[in-house]
Amino acid sequence: MNAESRPATLACHPWVAHVAIVTEVRSEIDSVATFRMRFRDPEIARQYRFLPGQFNMLYLPSCGESAISHSGPPENSGEDFWHTIRFVGRVTDSIAKLKVGDQLGVRGPFGSAWPLDACRGRDVIIMSGGLGLAPLRPMIYALIAQRESYGRVVLLHGARTPDTILYPEEISQWRDHGIEVELTVDRASNEWDGNVGVVPLLLDRLSNVRPSETEVVTCGPEIMMHYSAVSALGRGIPETSIWMSMERNMQCAAGLCGHCQWGPWFVCKDGPVFRYDTIRSLLKVRDL
Amino acid sequence: MIAVRPKLAVIKFASCDGCQLSLLSLEDELLTIARAVQISHFAEASSRLEPGPYDLTLVEGSITTPEDRHRLKKLREDSKLLITIGACATSGGVQALRNFASHDDFMRAVYARPDFIETLATSTPIAAHVKVDFELRGCPIDKHQLLEVIASLLAGHRPRTSTESVCQACKRRGNVCVVVAQNLPCLGPVTHSGCGAICPTYDRGCYGCFGPTVQPNTVALSDHLLSGRVNESEAAMLMHGINAYAPEFATEGQRLWQLAGLPKTLHSSLQPARHEEPSA
Amino acid sequence: MTSATESQESNAAVVWLPRAIFQAFLDLLSADGYQIIGPRIEQGAIVYAPLERVEDLPLGWTDEQGPGLYRLKKRADEAAFGYVVGPHSWKRFLFPPQTDLMRSKQTDEGWDMSPVEPADDKYAFLGVRACELAAMEVQDRVFMTPMFTDELYQRRRSQSLIIAVNCTSAAPTCFCTSMNSGPKCHKGFDLALTELTGGFVVEIGSELGRRFTDRLMLVPVTTQREQDAAAAQQQAVDQITRTLDREHVQSTLKNRLNHKRWDEVAEKCLSCANCTMVCPTCFCSSVDDVTNLVDEEVIRQRHWDSCFNFDFSHISGGPVRDQTRSRYRQWLTHKLTHWVDQFGTSGCVGCGRCIAWCPVGIDLTEEARILCEDPAVPEEGQP
Repeated sequence: MNAESRPATLACHPWVAHVAIVTEVRSEIDSVATFRMRFRDPEIARQYRFLPGQFNMLYLPSCGESAISHSGPPENSGEDFWHTIRFVGRVTDSIAKLKVGDQLGVRGPFGSAWPLDACRGRDVIIMSGGLGLAPLRPMIYALIAQRESYGRVVLLHGARTPDTILYPEEISQWRDHGIEVELTVDRASNEWDGNVGVVPLLLDRLSNVRPSETEVVTCGPEIMMHYSAVSALGRGIPETSIWMSMERNMQCAAGLCGHCQWGPWFVCKDGPVFRYDTIRSLLKVRDL
Repeated sequence: MIAVRPKLAVIKFASCDGCQLSLLSLEDELLTIARAVQISHFAEASSRLEPGPYDLTLVEGSITTPEDRHRLKKLREDSKLLITIGACATSGGVQALRNFASHDDFMRAVYARPDFIETLATSTPIAAHVKVDFELRGCPIDKHQLLEVIASLLAGHRPRTSTESVCQACKRRGNVCVVVAQNLPCLGPVTHSGCGAICPTYDRGCYGCFGPTVQPNTVALSDHLLSGRVNESEAAMLMHGINAYAPEFATEGQRLWQLAGLPKTLHSSLQPARHEEPSA
Repeated sequence: MTSATESQESNAAVVWLPRAIFQAFLDLLSADGYQIIGPRIEQGAIVYAPLERVEDLPLGWTDEQGPGLYRLKKRADEAAFGYVVGPHSWKRFLFPPQTDLMRSKQTDEGWDMSPVEPADDKYAFLGVRACELAAMEVQDRVFMTPMFTDELYQRRRSQSLIIAVNCTSAAPTCFCTSMNSGPKCHKGFDLALTELTGGFVVEIGSELGRRFTDRLMLVPVTTQREQDAAAAQQQAVDQITRTLDREHVQSTLKNRLNHKRWDEVAEKCLSCANCTMVCPTCFCSSVDDVTNLVDEEVIRQRHWDSCFNFDFSHISGGPVRDQTRSRYRQWLTHKLTHWVDQFGTSGCVGCGRCIAWCPVGIDLTEEARILCEDPAVPEEGQP
């Protein structure tokens, strides 16, 4: 998507954060929680808009910043916005300690969005692995909000184990909203009678795929996205209908600091969502 | 992570006390530290020494005697967080040169009655004996890094120190490279930053007091040093200085001593282990 | 000073600045509120630093350069600009090594977060070479994009007076002719000097520049001096021996990502980041918090960083570029080819600093040549 149709990033100064207040903390799976937050300044809260797939920089003074995708409903703009966060680093470990009423800095939104326009009137296959479901959830909300505007919608989601499947209650609700859901795990438990194996296998086995009528969006570990694309191509879906969200180190989020470079791209502003044909050759190069 | 007014201890082993002095030389911040923590044990600052347990223990010095080895084990049990400060505690210090030579020869050369001396044949870092929560490099440590560590722990964040080379800090400071412009031997390219590039600022080569950086290309650097700057034993001495027993410097120094025809091998009880950064 | 051959037009674009009134020119800059930054000898090299007097300049000195080598040498004359380029570049002033960006203060309502207003520095850059003008234009495209603008950069850039100097000699490390960036200054300056015995041929590049030449009542240059200046400039062109096949490298290097040469150069490369620190276009930075013990006030501080730093590409799974091989590859491919995709221009201006200031003398032109000459390399890697 081009930059012009993106919502404006708050303030013209790309480095300055705005204060937000945590309004709710919801524990998800182990070491993962969803934080709902709202800008302290009502005027900023009112102005703020984001698109599914975009991210914010969350800032804890004296600790640092971390790039976190939006995981809440995009139509909530002006109210709370949500971030589902895994506690895996210096900053996110400290975010884990935030309670309702605590404050943090937020810059954003940054980056490219999922291709909702390209999906309109077409089938959508959503492929996610682990926490990769979080950046896709705003897209799922958007699809549900205008369910009639899209064709068949399928979510193929994989997790390491049954108890690490993100948003389990919501996933059942999504089924009620006309989304087909297939789940798989790497390692089954005693109670699990579903699929075992990697996400791309779900696509390999999916019936009635209409390759020329389908868009595939995928988010998860890089290797999982790579093989999801391979699987999609194997089903005859063209490269230009496959989209993935990349992870790289992001500091400025505005293409000024250089950290997120990946071949010709700045993942922070050219991505994180890329169309597969623009990155296919890069995915094949180790340590790029 | 730490309760209000956590108890701080500063404990030394085999060392010169210089790193503890860095804490005292935090003149402007010292009162704030004293308000933020309860200084329970800091022999260099106060004769009032309280027993453990401590919330935050700063450990200076290396382990060179059986008694210290025992004392360290007990200290670890008494410490919630244990942070090593300085080259001695982190890599064994300059006294770890004994690890490459005969300890008995040294004792006989130095002491009239070596039989009175009870000491280990080696000088080893704290992490060789107990779990270390964070390591601060340097000889001595940089007081700003020390402050960052204390401030982070008090705020409940994991501390952060950069893994960049000395060169980056050197060039940010506006220094002219002493290798290129003055042909001086300098360990800056393979040395962990943190000092603010003090030595090159005063027209001297870096002597590696902050120890090896991540993935130091010591072989390429010493090949370059040997091309007309220094001879093999001079290059070896450069590697085997303050951080001689830091694994990458230990290995490269041994290679250079070999080239110089004066092979120096590690004491039989030691295996150079790969140095791991203690935090992400 | 006048002769029959001189044009009498007052708006002539080329005038003569006698060395005798060069100090008056510098005084005029200071009087107009400019801090003059120019070449000075420090730490055995010609660096860019504040100066006020003609005597502050490296009069009678030049530089001798090669891969991993830089030495000051005495010249036979008293030329002020008789050197090539040194370890510093102007990015030190436009994109400072360390900058405060944002301040967070604890208040009764919680955090108050506000930008740190950039200092209102007004610089006169004296002695900017053609390759350095090109480097400024390269960084303009990085820091002043339609989407985001770096305020400090923009402010300093727009307020700076640029007094360029045409090179009259070249170092063995120079290859600006390959990068179409020199050695003659064509645009992007307020005034451009060519040093001759007794003074400077001055090209006027802007109305701001003309204000100074008018106030100094400089008269149009003689044809003879104009010819002497052209000859001096040609001397620099003639001395350039190093080349880089710019267009070939731009189109080829991006298809050489799995070349064995990356492993070979990694054996020599120290990953020390010196090349990126001295490069006039490298713009990578990191941001850290500077705090006091009680967290009452926290400053977000930006400092120069480098793609050669192990942690630079760190993500939750560890650094993406976890070997020197991949870090050198990132630097070279970005500089010579991906930069073109990103900003429509090469990231290299051919100044040769990365060659001279690499402690082990790795030569970017040589690496690019080797990487791009061998077509018989399998290029399909494994994910």
